Amino acid sequence: MTYKAKFRVWRGDSDSGDLQDYTVEVNEGEVVLDIIHRLQATQASDLAVRWNCKAGKCGSCSAEINGRPRLMCMTRMSTFTEAETITVTPLRSFPVIRDLVTDVSFNYEKAREIPSFAPPPNLAPGEYRMQQVDVERSQEFRKCIECFLCQNTCHVVRDHEENKQSFAGPRYLMRIAELDMHPLDARDRQRDAQEQHGLGFCNITKCCTEVCPEHIKITDNALIPMKERVADRKYDPLVWLGSKIFRREP
Amino acid sequence: MSEYEEHRYDVLIIGAGGAGLRAAIAAREAGLRTAIICKSLFGKAHTVMAEGGIAASMGNVNSNDNWQVHFRDTMRGGKFLNNPRMAELHAKESPQRVWELETYGALFDRTPDGRISQRNFGGHEYPRLAHVGDRTGLELIRTLQQKIVSLQQDDGNGVASDGKLKVFAELTVTELLLDDGGAIAGAFGYWRESGRFVVFRAPAVVLATGGIGKSFKVTSNSWEYTGDGHALALRAGSNLINMEFVQFHPTGMVWPPSVKGILVTESVRGDGGVLRNSDGERFMFNYVPDVFRKNYAETEDEADRWYKDPDNNKRPPELLPRDEVARAINSEVKAGRGSPHGGVFLDVSTRLPAEEITRRLPSMHHQFKELADVDITKEPMEVGPTCHYVMGGVQVEPDTAAADGVPGLFAAGEVAGGMHGSNRLGGNSLSDLLVFGRRAGLGAAQYVASLGGSYPMVNDKSVAAAAAAALAPFETEAGENPYTVHQELQQTMNDLVGIIRTEPEMQQALDRLADLKVRARQVSVEGHRQFNPGWHLALDLQNMIAVSECIARAALLRQESRGGHTRDDYPAMSSDWRQRNLVCALAPDGDGLGEIVVTEKPVPSMRPDLLELFDRDELSKYLTDEELPVENKA
Repeated sequence: MTYKAKFRVWRGDSDSGDLQDYTVEVNEGEVVLDIIHRLQATQASDLAVRWNCKAGKCGSCSAEINGRPRLMCMTRMSTFTEAETITVTPLRSFPVIRDLVTDVSFNYEKAREIPSFAPPPNLAPGEYRMQQVDVERSQEFRKCIECFLCQNTCHVVRDHEENKQSFAGPRYLMRIAELDMHPLDARDRQRDAQEQHGLGFCNITKCCTEVCPEHIKITDNALIPMKERVADRKYDPLVWLGSKIFRREP
Repeated sequence: MSEYEEHRYDVLIIGAGGAGLRAAIAAREAGLRTAIICKSLFGKAHTVMAEGGIAASMGNVNSNDNWQVHFRDTMRGGKFLNNPRMAELHAKESPQRVWELETYGALFDRTPDGRISQRNFGGHEYPRLAHVGDRTGLELIRTLQQKIVSLQQDDGNGVASDGKLKVFAELTVTELLLDDGGAIAGAFGYWRESGRFVVFRAPAVVLATGGIGKSFKVTSNSWEYTGDGHALALRAGSNLINMEFVQFHPTGMVWPPSVKGILVTESVRGDGGVLRNSDGERFMFNYVPDVFRKNYAETEDEADRWYKDPDNNKRPPELLPRDEVARAINSEVKAGRGSPHGGVFLDVSTRLPAEEITRRLPSMHHQFKELADVDITKEPMEVGPTCHYVMGGVQVEPDTAAADGVPGLFAAGEVAGGMHGSNRLGGNSLSDLLVFGRRAGLGAAQYVASLGGSYPMVNDKSVAAAAAAALAPFETEAGENPYTVHQELQQTMNDLVGIIRTEPEMQQALDRLADLKVRARQVSVEGHRQFNPGWHLALDLQNMIAVSECIARAALLRQESRGGHTRDDYPAMSSDWRQRNLVCALAPDGDGLGEIVVTEKPVPSMRPDLLELFDRDELSKYLTDEELPVENKA
C-alpha cells in the first residue's frame, strides 16, 4: 500500500516564492496533512503550516489542494491516483505569511464588526425557554468551524480585493442570519446586514456552500432567507405604507 | 541583548480554551486590563474537540439530580483522591455557569418543555450533560469567543476596542518572569508568525494551557498539548500534584494508522452504543469492580431496559468510569479477543435507527465516513484506548485558583490538579473550565487589587536569559532533528508509562528520559525565526520532557492502582495511599537541566457534612478505619 507520491508545495513569504517538488512516502489511510507532516519531519523541518486537531473540528489547516479550497486533514490521499502530482498552495484570498500559512486577520476584523448577541432584557440566567425546532435553524450555522474556506472562495473578495472593506463575507453574513434566527435575540439585524455588511454583494453562486467542510447550506439556509427578509421589509407595499402612516422605519 | 516589544497589563491569561476565555471574561468584568495569549488562532483551542457535553446538575431531565449527587459521582469517579473542596465548588456552581452561557448566546439542544436537554454519561447517576449534538466543545469555545468580542464592543461603545481586553493569537510564552522576591511580574514569549520576542509586564498570570497528551504517541490531543503551563509553573517555583494520573479514553479510533487516537465520543455509549469483542460478547459485564457492583446491571436485558426506565433498572456497564472501560478493552485485546486492527467493536448501528444516529452523533458519523470509510449507521466502529487527559497539574487553592508558592500565579482547567482526583468523569472537564476559569479570573482580580498599584518589577537578567534560551536551537550546529527526539519521547511514554505500568519499565523510561533531556538541549533547527515549526517544537520539547519526568517519577512511587494509574505489580487500591498526594517540584542540579523531586503531602480531608453524603459501607471501601466517621450508635 505504501508508495512514493509527487508533491508540489508552495514555499515562500510575502515577498516571493514558488512551487517546490518533493517525492514523499504515502501509507494506507493517510490524508494530505499526514504527508505535509512527513515532509516536515524528513525533508523540510521549517515548512510552515497551520493545524491543530487533525480531525476536521478546528478549521486550522485550510489550503488549496490542486486548486480546490479544502481542509488538509480531511482530504484523503486515496482520492488521488498514485501517478498524480498533488499541488498544495496557500489560501489565495489572504496575504501569505510563509509557505502554507496566510494572514487571516481579515476574518477576525469582520467578526468584531458584527453586533453581538443581545440577550432578552427580562430573562434571568436559567429562565431561557426555546423549542428544539426553533434553535435548530441557528444551530446549523453554529456548526461553523471558522476554517474560512468560504471567505477564501467567495468571488466577491477573491477577485475583487477592493470589496473587502464593505463585505463581511459568507461566514459573517451567516453569523448575522444566525443571530436573526436566534429565538431570543433582541436586536434588529436585517437593516445592518444589507447596509453595513454587504449582503447585497452576494449573487448566490453558492461557491461558499460547495467548499464548506461542515456541509452547512450557507446560501440556501442563511443568505437567501436573509435577502428575502430584507427585501420583504424594503419593498413590501404594506410595510412601505405603514412606514408612511405610522412613521415606522422600514 | 535581543530586541523585544513590550506590553503592560493587569493580568495575562495564557491559553485561550474554555478556562482561559472564562477567566478573561471574569477578569475584564472585574475591571482589569486583560491580555489573552494563545498558541493558535483565536477559537482553535483544544476545547473545540470536546464532544459529549458539560456536566451540571440542573435536573432538567431527571429532577432528582442536585449538586450533592454530582459531588458524589465526581468523588467516586476520582476514587476519593479529589480535593473535596474543588469537587464541591464544581458541583455547586456548574449549573449557574451553563445558564450563563445562554446569556452569551449559546444554543444547547432542548427538552420538550424548552429547557436545556441533558444526556447520560459514564459515571453520572442521572442525565446531566448539557450538549449540542456531539460538538459541545465547539459551541462552548465559540460562545466564549463571541462574548469576548462583545466585551470589546462594550469597551468601544459598539465598535470593538481591544484596549482593555486584547487577544494575542499565535504567540507562545516560553518563560514566566518574576521579581526578585519570586512574585509574578510578567511573561516572555515569541510571535509564532515572525519569531519576534515579546515581554509582558503584569502582576498576575492565569495558566490555562491545557494538558500534556503530545508526550504520548497515541493521543486524542492536538499539537498544542505540550505541557507548557505545567512546565512554566515548575520553573517559576510552583509545584504539580497527581501527575501519575493520566486518563486513557477508552474509545479512540484505531484505524487507519494516521488517525489512530482521534476521539470517539462517550456519547456513543451514553446514547445506547455497546462494546463487543471478536466473539460478539458484551464483555463489559465481566469487568464491573466491587466498588461499583451495586450500581450496574448484571444482564443485557436489564442494561437495555435502563435507557427507557432508569428509575427501576441499573445502568449498563459500558457506562462505567473511563479508567475501568479502558482497562477492560486493554485486557480483551491482550487476551486475543480484539478487532482486526487491535481494538474492540463499538456498535451503535444495531441499537438506534440510522436517522437517530446521524441526528445525535453527526460529527462521529462524518468523522468515520471521511477518515475511515466506515458508515456507523451500518457497521460497528473499531476503537481502543487513547491518551486523553491528565488529572495532575498545578497545585491550587480551591476558592481562588491561586498556584502554590508563587504570588500572582493562578491556574485553571486541565493544567490545574486536584479537582478530578485519580480519574475524571466525562463532561466534568467543560464544567471545570467554566467554574475554575471564572474563579481564577476573580482570584487574579482580587490579588491585583491587593497590590494597591505597586506592581512587582521584572528582573532584567531573567529577560536576557529567556531570550538566550529561546535562541539556543539556532546556535547548535549539526545537532539532532527535534522531530526525532519527539518521536522517541512519544514511543517511550506510550510503551513504558502507558495504561498498565510496572516498576522495571518505569525505571527504563526514566533512564531514557534522562538521555532525551540532554539530547533535547542539543537539537538544531534549520531556517530562520519566521513561522518555523521545527524551532517551535524544539522549545516545546523541553516542556514535554519535564512533564513526562513528573509522570514517570510519581507513577514509580505510587505502589497501588487507582483511576488513571494502573500498576501490574500493585494491582489493588490502597486506603493508605489514598491519603497521600505526590507533589512534583523542580530542584536545581549540577548540569543546569533541573531535576524533578517528588514529595508526599496529605490529601485534604472531607468536611463532615460532605462525608455524610455517602453511606459508611461505601466509605469503608476507600478510607482507612481511622478516617471513617464514628458509627452512629442510635
